[in-house]
Amino acid sequence: MSSFPVPRSGPDPRELAAGLQARIRGMESTRAGLESRQAATGFAGLLPGGALRPGSVYTVDGSVSLILALLAGPSQAGSWCGIIGLPDLSPEAATSLGIDLTRLVLVPAPGDQWLTVTAALADVLPVVAVRPTRRVSEAEASRLAARLRQRGCTLLVAGDWPQAEARLSVRSSTWTGLGDGHGHLTGREVTVAASARSGAPRTARMSLAGGPAEAESVDPPRLGIPFGAHRYSEAV
Amino acid sequence: MTALTGTTVGHPHGPERTLVLWCPDWPVTAARVRAGLPEDVPLVLVDRGIVFACSPAARTTGVRRGLAAREAQFRCPELVVLGYDRVLDDRAFEPVIERLEDTTPGVQVLRPGLCAIRSRGPARFYGSEEAAADALVACVAGLGIPGARVGIADGAFAAEQVARDQAPTPVRVVLPGGSAAFLAVRPVTTLVDAGLIDRDLATLLRRLGVHTLRDFAALPADRVRHRFGAAAARAHRIAGAADDGRVVPRVPPRHREVAFDWEPPLDRVDQVTFAIRAGLDAFVGDLAASRLVCTEVTIEVCTEAAAGAGAVHTRSWRHPRWFTGADIADRVRWQLQGAGPGASELEAAITRVRIIPERVDSTADHEQGLWDSGPDERIHHALTRVQGLLGHDGVLTAISAGGRLLRDRRVLVPWGDAVPVVPAQPASARERTATAPWPGSLPGLSPATVFLESPSVLLHATDGAAVGVDERGILSGTPAAFSQTGRTDDLSPVTAWAGPWPLVERWWDLARAHHGHRLQLVDGSGAAWLLLLESARWVAEARYD
Repeated sequence: MSSFPVPRSGPDPRELAAGLQARIRGMESTRAGLESRQAATGFAGLLPGGALRPGSVYTVDGSVSLILALLAGPSQAGSWCGIIGLPDLSPEAATSLGIDLTRLVLVPAPGDQWLTVTAALADVLPVVAVRPTRRVSEAEASRLAARLRQRGCTLLVAGDWPQAEARLSVRSSTWTGLGDGHGHLTGREVTVAASARSGAPRTARMSLAGGPAEAESVDPPRLGIPFGAHRYSEAV
Repeated sequence: MTALTGTTVGHPHGPERTLVLWCPDWPVTAARVRAGLPEDVPLVLVDRGIVFACSPAARTTGVRRGLAAREAQFRCPELVVLGYDRVLDDRAFEPVIERLEDTTPGVQVLRPGLCAIRSRGPARFYGSEEAAADALVACVAGLGIPGARVGIADGAFAAEQVARDQAPTPVRVVLPGGSAAFLAVRPVTTLVDAGLIDRDLATLLRRLGVHTLRDFAALPADRVRHRFGAAAARAHRIAGAADDGRVVPRVPPRHREVAFDWEPPLDRVDQVTFAIRAGLDAFVGDLAASRLVCTEVTIEVCTEAAAGAGAVHTRSWRHPRWFTGADIADRVRWQLQGAGPGASELEAAITRVRIIPERVDSTADHEQGLWDSGPDERIHHALTRVQGLLGHDGVLTAISAGGRLLRDRRVLVPWGDAVPVVPAQPASARERTATAPWPGSLPGLSPATVFLESPSVLLHATDGAAVGVDERGILSGTPAAFSQTGRTDDLSPVTAWAGPWPLVERWWDLARAHHGHRLQLVDGSGAAWLLLLESARWVAEARYD
């Protein structure tokens, strides 16, 4: 056995993993026949792969503005967007964050049929945001996931969802313009935390004050490894 | 300049005898009949602040076309002012044409209020041209439109001038061959009013010393053509009553509405939709055979009332593309179901459903492109399916509108409907545009959540008392604690705030007036809110989330 010495200095396993990950992603995207959907620039460092991937589910916790900011990227790129189950949504805020109202479809009150409506819209719209009225079961989620993959639709969920690609939430927000009895709200900076299915959580600060979200990353990129590699190396 | 009388050379027939029927002040008549006003009321139609047309009663008080509306009201205080609607002119004239076509066929509509008929046929039928003209005037008067005038001459232009002539009788006939002499003394601007030449040319002719139609007709035809072009050459022939233009009667449009009657009446929605389905397919197929598609329909549903006459429910529906039979059946179902989807029992049995195509369009305008029409088509089908599931109001698109309150600024339109000119409130369309300044509207950030039903909240001052606003718009205390649920047990500290900002809307109208005060705050959890004080109660108008 000693005739097969193990080389001391082989390729770094992390680099190997990163390369394999990239190849897998390349094959996946070829199969779906679709390119990643460019999210607004601020989310590049937050999302796995740097963009909204077709056929994936992302959850967004407790912030309607964050959902609108995520929709703004595809909307500006010419995609239609659908929003299901948010009766109190303000179209004005959607416009100010960069969504084109002529390509926005709202289903404010789907009631019990939200899942059917979501599936119907996911067939034709590239990006759909939904607030579920009840907890979805694993089986329903995987049925919908198959449909999303087939159609290349990205689903944003305001709430909980099994098998989400990444979970985004607003950690804290800083308001500007409002003082102690004077001024008015003019700007907002949020710290958004994102946790991928099995990666390290990442945070970024971005402005949500109208116009496309701009962000700078808070934590420095680790060891220069692509983000997807974390999942591989730390899931052991 | 030689007097050239031979302009009819090459036009062997010459102008034909034409009867022109003119309803004076047609826009005013149409608007008056529509508004149900008496005949002698002083009425003006205003287009962008300028008087467009005025009734004879208004004219006697000194009101003229072209005045500012305010000046007209100053001259005649009891003046009724209505907006000018070009579509109404055409629409109101349609019954008149139909009645005329019943009396004598072959009517050409020159413009609303003015139509031409070849006089040979009616003259032979009624015995003379005068008798025919009297019959037509009587027929129009039978519709409740008095004052129609008829002129008969050689050619439509001459006949129109005869009709407009200040004659004591409503009917005036210029004998054959006398039209040129009749037109001779008219000014050149008559041609401008008839739309034959433009105003620049009329000015030029006057400067050249050509003041009357006789002068114009005396110019050599070839010189007129070379100098001023083909349109002026035609006007030149018409001015000499030498044009051989024919009356081109319109083809009466077919009535394309379809009606379904049931005896005994139907009392279930699914029965109705099933019964009309085949008829609707035939209706759409019939349109398609004429190369037409329908983009807007009016559905009229007659119900059987307990006592005698039934109620009629009418509603117009628009379609983002065009209606198929199934689409119209869906609209009928939605109209019958009203608000609650899934209801199949009806309050009253249906005796009759009538489908009126409001707007039809050529199929050529709706042909699918070879490329790039795919995605929209698919989106439309999916959204229509969801509408079938949730009802017509289930799928919405948003438009931006103006307003002071945030919920006024949110206008949602069902998929496929026209953008409403008058949303929700009976404010005029001009009042609601998003680009208007809207003093008192919210500056800065747009909140993402605007509550449909504003929840009650609590706002306490530093001393623990509820915060109020006095008559001078000053807070009774500094806001210190806020509860989003309206309960005292989950008060959280206020970290930043501003206000109160007064909000006053329509103070002159007691029924629709709205007063309030706004306040913005950031609470202890880092969430920002927009509060509204209405009738001494704080509610959350919006949340920045």
